[in-house]
Amino acid sequence: MDYVGRFLKGFGQFWYDFVVGDDPKIAVGVAAVLSLGAVLAATDVANGLVVTLLAVLLGVAFAVGMIVDVSRSRGRS
Amino acid sequence: MISSAEWALAVTVFVAAIVELVEALTIVLAIGMSRGWRSTLVGVASALVALALFTVVAGYSLATWLPEAALQLVVGSLMLVFGLQWLRKAVLRSAGLKALHDEEAEYLAQTEAARDAGTGTRLGLDWFAFVVSFKGVFLEGVEIVFIVITFGLSAGNMPVAVTSALVAAAVVLAAGAAIHRPLTKVPENTLKYVVGLLLATFGTYWALEGLGIFSTAGEPLAWPGSDLALPALLLFWLVLSRALTWRFSRLATASATRTTVTSEA
Repeated sequence: MDYVGRFLKGFGQFWYDFVVGDDPKIAVGVAAVLSLGAVLAATDVANGLVVTLLAVLLGVAFAVGMIVDVSRSRGRS
Repeated sequence: MISSAEWALAVTVFVAAIVELVEALTIVLAIGMSRGWRSTLVGVASALVALALFTVVAGYSLATWLPEAALQLVVGSLMLVFGLQWLRKAVLRSAGLKALHDEEAEYLAQTEAARDAGTGTRLGLDWFAFVVSFKGVFLEGVEIVFIVITFGLSAGNMPVAVTSALVAAAVVLAAGAAIHRPLTKVPENTLKYVVGLLLATFGTYWALEGLGIFSTAGEPLAWPGSDLALPALLLFWLVLSRALTWRFSRLATASATRTTVTSEA
């Protein structure tokens, strides 16, 4: 049982490191924008313009995450 | 006749595989040269078998169980998150806020760790050499497999993706066998930046297209200009990453100047 628990923990940790990596803000930003997109698609209002705007939002989320990271690390140093 | 999409697929997989294989080769060379080759190569072979099984299971599951739009959403999202991680590291490295990846330093660190490690034997193998070479090849290999599967399935051309990865493996193995040293001349940091851009581009394209699974029709969403959106997305991520690099470089320079002035005062 202990072996199974350790295996599952290691397996989960491996996939977390692999997908989420050093900065969880990236995964959170992508999930937030895609969730918004899913809602828009479900209400059938997602056209070419909406898809383009969602791409821009992904870029904004990425930039904001990086700016927060760098500001925090400079604040600590 | 190979289409431009297939060329993009082949180049992305080839470059990504080169980057990961160079890192795996450094680990294998360091362990093999300091602990002996038998257990190291058994570790490499075991990792390759595990990777082959992983590829078959993951590739078959994704291709069989998911409809087109869901497949695009799942692999596109993974590719996007993965690509943005690479892009983040590339931006921080270009701006001087993160140390550049150095194969020579990695080789020396691995060699030192291998010499300091104990000499435990299991199943007739030098267990340290086996485990480290297995983990090194498997973990770097999973990243290649992930890129091969996601790109191959999304572009609908698995043979091109697999062939590109195999050609990259042949190139790195031949170079490693010839020089018996880490491949320090490979511009890894630049290649990682390129791969990050391409993964982010294709990830954005496929993930947003795949959102169509939630619509009434359940069909992929359409991009304005169809495939012409790809170069526009590439340009978008390129400009954004260069702007962030420029901004962070200025911050790093200003910080260094302030430190110098403070220490001189």
